[in-house]
Amino acid sequence: MNTTAAPIRTATGCAHCGDDCPDEPLRLPAQPELAFCCAGCKAVYELLDANNLCQYYALGEERPGQKIKPVELPGRFDYLDADSVQAQLLSFRSAELARLTLHLPQMHCASCIYLLEHLYQLDAGVTEARVNFLRKEISLSYRPADTSLKAVVTLLASLGYEPQISLAELGAQPHHGSRRLYYQLGLAGFCFGNVMLLAFPDYLSFTDELAHAFGRFFGYLSLVLALPVLLYAAQGFYRSAWAGLRQRYINLDFPICLGLTSLFAVSSYEVLTQHGPGYFDSFTGLVFFMLIGQWVQQRSYDALRFDRDFTSYFPVAVTLLTAEGEKSVSVKELRVGQRIRVRNQEVIPADAMLMRGRGQIDYAFVTGESVPVAKVAGEVVYAGGRQVGEAVELEVVREVSQGYLTQLWNNPAFRKADQPTLETYANRVGRYFVAATLLIAAGAILYWYPRDEQMMWRAFTSVLVIACPCALSLATPFALGSALTVFGRHRFFLKNAAVAETLGRATTIVFDKTGTLTDVQRSAVEYRGPVLSAQEQQAVAAVAAQSTHPLSQRLLQELPASVLSVTDFVEVPGQGLRGVVEGMMVKVGSAAFVGAGAVPTAPANAASPAQGSNLGQSIEQSAGEPEINDPAADTTDNLQSRVYVSLAGDLHGCYRFRNVYRRELGPVLADLGRRYRLAVLSGDNDSEQDRLRELFGPEAELRFRQTPQQKLDYVAALKARGETVVMVGDGLNDAGALQQADAGIALTDTLTNFSPACDAILDAGSFGRFGSFLRFTQDCLQVVLATFVLSFIYNGLGLGLAVQGRFTPIVSAILMPISSLSVMVFATLLVRLAARRRRL
Amino acid sequence: MEIIFALITISLCVAVLFLLAFVWAVRSNQYDDTYTPAVRMLFDDPQEEKPAP
Repeated sequence: MNTTAAPIRTATGCAHCGDDCPDEPLRLPAQPELAFCCAGCKAVYELLDANNLCQYYALGEERPGQKIKPVELPGRFDYLDADSVQAQLLSFRSAELARLTLHLPQMHCASCIYLLEHLYQLDAGVTEARVNFLRKEISLSYRPADTSLKAVVTLLASLGYEPQISLAELGAQPHHGSRRLYYQLGLAGFCFGNVMLLAFPDYLSFTDELAHAFGRFFGYLSLVLALPVLLYAAQGFYRSAWAGLRQRYINLDFPICLGLTSLFAVSSYEVLTQHGPGYFDSFTGLVFFMLIGQWVQQRSYDALRFDRDFTSYFPVAVTLLTAEGEKSVSVKELRVGQRIRVRNQEVIPADAMLMRGRGQIDYAFVTGESVPVAKVAGEVVYAGGRQVGEAVELEVVREVSQGYLTQLWNNPAFRKADQPTLETYANRVGRYFVAATLLIAAGAILYWYPRDEQMMWRAFTSVLVIACPCALSLATPFALGSALTVFGRHRFFLKNAAVAETLGRATTIVFDKTGTLTDVQRSAVEYRGPVLSAQEQQAVAAVAAQSTHPLSQRLLQELPASVLSVTDFVEVPGQGLRGVVEGMMVKVGSAAFVGAGAVPTAPANAASPAQGSNLGQSIEQSAGEPEINDPAADTTDNLQSRVYVSLAGDLHGCYRFRNVYRRELGPVLADLGRRYRLAVLSGDNDSEQDRLRELFGPEAELRFRQTPQQKLDYVAALKARGETVVMVGDGLNDAGALQQADAGIALTDTLTNFSPACDAILDAGSFGRFGSFLRFTQDCLQVVLATFVLSFIYNGLGLGLAVQGRFTPIVSAILMPISSLSVMVFATLLVRLAARRRRL
Repeated sequence: MEIIFALITISLCVAVLFLLAFVWAVRSNQYDDTYTPAVRMLFDDPQEEKPAP
């Protein structure tokens, strides 16, 4: 018995993608010093070399290439030839020129920009390619006479940059971002600068004469300049406050608006009645600083844009069954009564009635529950489900509409009810702020009323003005904005700032086992049974290449590349694959499927001694975990999955997949175990219990043979006990639990693939830093609180002056910008410092 | 001192010109992507001679 040990990383990295190469890497005859991990990477290198584009490898990251996925479904991009699809994708179209914007989530470094902007060298029909790196978009112009949309997209896909085209993209115009904020910022800055200039004489006593002479002119001019700030630049705050009020809810923007309004009203009154110069400089300055805060927030979110758009999960094209046969049409063209065919793993595009076939609908994207629901002919299936199993025929009962899709997305199952986030924490503070402000203002009136009526009004308005919690509103975006950037740098992407806060408060961390603790792509594969000839191996490879199942994909890495064609291919979900290769029936799958009574005991031979590198392929279900779609579902034991092979009816042998734990697991768990309660949920049996117990320590809870529902229930039970639960999973077969947890982190090897249920994505390569990430979130929370305290000190200082009626324009002009600026600087610097301390 | 009125009017007009220039810059996509142009300028022009494929 020759067992392939857990793979040891070889020193040679692929010259294209940098992944580890197999023991005998592919090499170029011309440049034997370059090693490649797979034929796909080699092909890309040759293409770039031929076109003199090898600067790609000299820029930015070392070995910037994308691992090339070997699975090419024939006709995958055929729908791009359809006129209706083109009409929606292209932003401009004429006989000479077509233009469109595509989203390429794989873009990650300067080399990508270089390659993509030199696309015209690879396809002469492309006239221009411009990249927007932050949005990961490419704007392409091409001559339809020389090339086609399908050709361009196929080229991109062959380079490893497969565009993400989905329903959301259809009809999408190139992004203009939110320019409104820029206009508001520019206007506020302009007005602030000029008003401050006009207010200058008031700051200095020696210009008293000047102030007397021009006070009126300056006052009116300031009023005129402040007006557009109130009406246009400050719009966002009023909108947000009003939206909150309509839901009977006071958010932080409410006291801000209260302060801004009273500031403007008092200043206008003073100017118009010529009582004084007003506070227009403070007013415009405040709006300007708060807009800067919003801008920082938007920038950090923009850079880490989490495209959770529901419509992204919908297919663009569907197979329509017509009298003339199958036809590929755009989803938006679907009409009630039409017949469509949905194949294994395809998403159901519209509410439809099942006409033929056995439906197994997985609604994980809609409900977070991944156990498929069985449907029989005559039942209605809803859009958003994913068919698992044989191809089914459906009749559309409701057309696809954007509104309906959005409605589905807003399904309560997807919303996390009353999650106390930092935003609402700030809002909660805001509410007390309003109460305290009004109380103090009333107190000032009561105190001054019997003494000095003029002073009473002055104190009252000053209190409202100074209580504007603008510094408070700046604390969160600046502190957590910097934090998100730090995380992004280490390939840990949070959905929003609130997730950082939840992570900081976590008490329990629950891990899914397979795919999370184990590294599926490093699983060792061994072959048992009579040796397969090269021809037989190719036949098996040809069949395995037809399936996207992770085990098939993993198997494919072990086998030689195959050029044989397969006929009569059938994939029986949960069972295996079957196809005819050169007249020979090849079956790959579970023991029962291939007709094996017992494990063959013939001499074994290692199929391939080396560990191939990862596929970069999305792993839909982890090997080794019993799943409905797992070809080896019934043969899972001892962290192993077995795939049997039979050729022409004779059982030949089996491939065994053995998973290994992630390398950084030990140190990370040792670190976490000291600070958190840990738990493991596994769908497997308890054969690994001793090993896990050793890793997790005596206090951790280990649960085995958990169904997705049990995982979800366990997390729910923890939450009911008042724990703040962070769930770490692969985001695919534990979507329910991720959704249920306070913060669900999807650990993934491919960042472009994630579950909508998760709140954060962690690149598997950064798993070793997970402990530091959690410590850092706690630091960030403390920074935010410290900044709150700082801004309260400013407010308290101002209030002290205000109630005494000594809050003059000059005090305001000094105090307000200082408080805003110092909060921004303080928050940013402290977060940076914390990041350095945690070595992030 | 009446000249102050004129001076302030002129300075405001100049400032408005800058504001308009800013608006123009935003409208012509200059603020849409602040990262790529910085990288793009580092690319060398493609070399003339092409090795035989």
